[in-house]
Amino acid sequence: MDVVVSQVFTGLSIGSILLLAAIGLALTFGQMGVINMAHGEFIMAGGYTAFVVQGLFDNAGVGLLLSIPVAFLVGGLLGVVLEMTLLRRMYHRPLDTLLVTYGVSLILQQLAKNIFGTQGKSVRTPTWLQGPLELFGFDFPKTRVFVLVLAVVTVVGLSVALKTTSLGRRIRATVQNRQLAECSGISSRATDRLTFFLGSGLAGIAGVALTQLSPVNSSVGQSYIINAFLIVVVGGIGQIKGAVIAAFVLGIGQAALEKIYDASLARIIVFVAIVAFLQLRPQGIFNVRTRSLA
Amino acid sequence: MKHTRRNITSAGLLGLTAVLVLTACGSKITPQAGGSTTTSSSAGSATPAAAGASCVDTSGDSVKIGFLNSLSGTMAISEKTVQESLMMAADEINAAGGVLGKQLEVVAEDGASEPATFAEKATKLIQSDCVAAVFGGWTSSSRKAMLPVFESNDALLYYPVQYEGLESSKNIFYTGATTNQQILPALDYLKEQGVTSLFLVGSDYVFPQTANKEIKAWAAANGMEIKGEEYVPLASGADFSTIITKVKDSGAGAVFNTLNGDANVSFFKEYRNVGLAADTMPVVSVSIAEEEVSGVGVENLVGQLTAWNYYQTLDTPANKKFVEDFKAKYGDDRVTSDPMEAAYTSMYLWKNTVEKGKSFAVADIQANAGGVSFEAPEGTVTINGDNHHIAKTALIGKVAEDGLIYTEWTSPAPIEPDPYLTTYPWAAGLS
Repeated sequence: MDVVVSQVFTGLSIGSILLLAAIGLALTFGQMGVINMAHGEFIMAGGYTAFVVQGLFDNAGVGLLLSIPVAFLVGGLLGVVLEMTLLRRMYHRPLDTLLVTYGVSLILQQLAKNIFGTQGKSVRTPTWLQGPLELFGFDFPKTRVFVLVLAVVTVVGLSVALKTTSLGRRIRATVQNRQLAECSGISSRATDRLTFFLGSGLAGIAGVALTQLSPVNSSVGQSYIINAFLIVVVGGIGQIKGAVIAAFVLGIGQAALEKIYDASLARIIVFVAIVAFLQLRPQGIFNVRTRSLA
Repeated sequence: MKHTRRNITSAGLLGLTAVLVLTACGSKITPQAGGSTTTSSSAGSATPAAAGASCVDTSGDSVKIGFLNSLSGTMAISEKTVQESLMMAADEINAAGGVLGKQLEVVAEDGASEPATFAEKATKLIQSDCVAAVFGGWTSSSRKAMLPVFESNDALLYYPVQYEGLESSKNIFYTGATTNQQILPALDYLKEQGVTSLFLVGSDYVFPQTANKEIKAWAAANGMEIKGEEYVPLASGADFSTIITKVKDSGAGAVFNTLNGDANVSFFKEYRNVGLAADTMPVVSVSIAEEEVSGVGVENLVGQLTAWNYYQTLDTPANKKFVEDFKAKYGDDRVTSDPMEAAYTSMYLWKNTVEKGKSFAVADIQANAGGVSFEAPEGTVTINGDNHHIAKTALIGKVAEDGLIYTEWTSPAPIEPDPYLTTYPWAAGLS
């Protein structure tokens, strides 16, 4: 029983990290069909933001909490700059955006090396996040609880924003049917830019969360980008609830397999399972039902 | 509409796969065969010599030596420190009148953390710059890439980092530890402390896999139980929660850690998170020296064990001078570590060998190397003429609050190098 509880928690923890990394991508990829390979570097930027912001404060906790909104802004601004300078010229040319954003990701990695050096930067863990948290006789590492809570808050916040605000309604309309949205007087250009800001900002928040589990270095984005795309594709393009389910199912699966076998084999099995699943459901867990007749 | 969306997705997946494949290729190490023609054409340099014929010029009042360390790329952080201590050794030797009365002229090259670049730059140093000896290299893959270059050109490399053993070349002098001078003493120490079971954690590549194979063979012969063996893929944002759960549940007496680089941070953070501690389940690390402690975070490492042959805190007159000189030259906040000391020592061993035979020629150095010794910061070291390694004292250390490592245990005498573990019956069949 102990084993089950601790591994389920580990799975939720891995899932929450995957979800944070993927949620912004679910938005940008789903909204515009832009395959943003630099999404991982936006995560990295969030991590470095946490490092810089925390450096300004003696109190590690204050620095960490404050870095969440700052990283959101940094990630978001990077996204907007990318969107306005390059991506808007190549909507609906997915392979071109893939190549361009891959180039941008390499540039950002080198930039990080030039600014911060090649050695990983550790962000301090505040005392109130150190050690285990005891609940119902079980020990849960506090940092992981923190990441889990952050993921839940972020996703709930995003869902509420999409459902209740006018921006959210515009985004959903544009995702579902761009032409019809345009006809209804929605400026899809402005919507695109805002969506990109939001999605990239969420990557920044993911970066802050990651600093509590491992140091930030220039290649941290590379570690997460593939997983993030996996979650989005398995969950169904542009579907937040799909991403949530996919992230937690994969996280719990990975944790269970790691316990039974080892880390490398667990990853292989997960990948094979994903390929098999996509054979059966190429559209992912959920797909957008459109009213189009095509 | 639906149709285009599916096209976009599949195109995207295709592209992703392409990128995955590309990055996989990018990270694959393909050592370039030695003897490749040099591409550098520095004007005014001597004409490249034919392979095998030395073009070293010792007629003037100076002699050239080469430094080959990564000054860019992932390894720069570590290898820069090695180059600094080599520079310090060269300056000291020059101030004291040089080698055989000749001043050393340093040609420094950047290996760029790429094995192929190491091979290429080694060729350049030997054939175009005509250096008398090359000092440098860090990763085993860089050494393996340079080995054929030095053998085919019959030149000399002094390599300063501990490694997995199972190698010996007449053209390389190894001044770092081999397995029986670092890993085996650490195991003996744990056994002495009453530890009866181990958990092995490492990165998923050559050094940890080889080291753990040796550890398991030793354990079978010494009644030590191996409770588990886990590897973390180098390329993933490694998640240690499951591994740490396994470590905790295993009830092992100690953890033997061969993780590299940043993975150590995640590992030790997670280790503290679940309430493990150095006094109940110590971790012995073989890739964390003074230079890395600050990177991993002192608070994550306090009380944990390391296995090396040198620490900055060693109380020898030679080391006091070494540390003081280094701080004076490069800054008070700097630390010295085992590979830095081994690099510094390697240059003096070269100097002493040259002076013993009164010749810079490779054949003379090879003939005279056996028995050459030096009063190094780590203690007296002596070259073994048969396998070109040096006898070294093993030191088990403990990380302290100040970020330095203090000796807990030392081997009774310097340990003779045995890169192929031939003197250990249990190791039969490993190499």
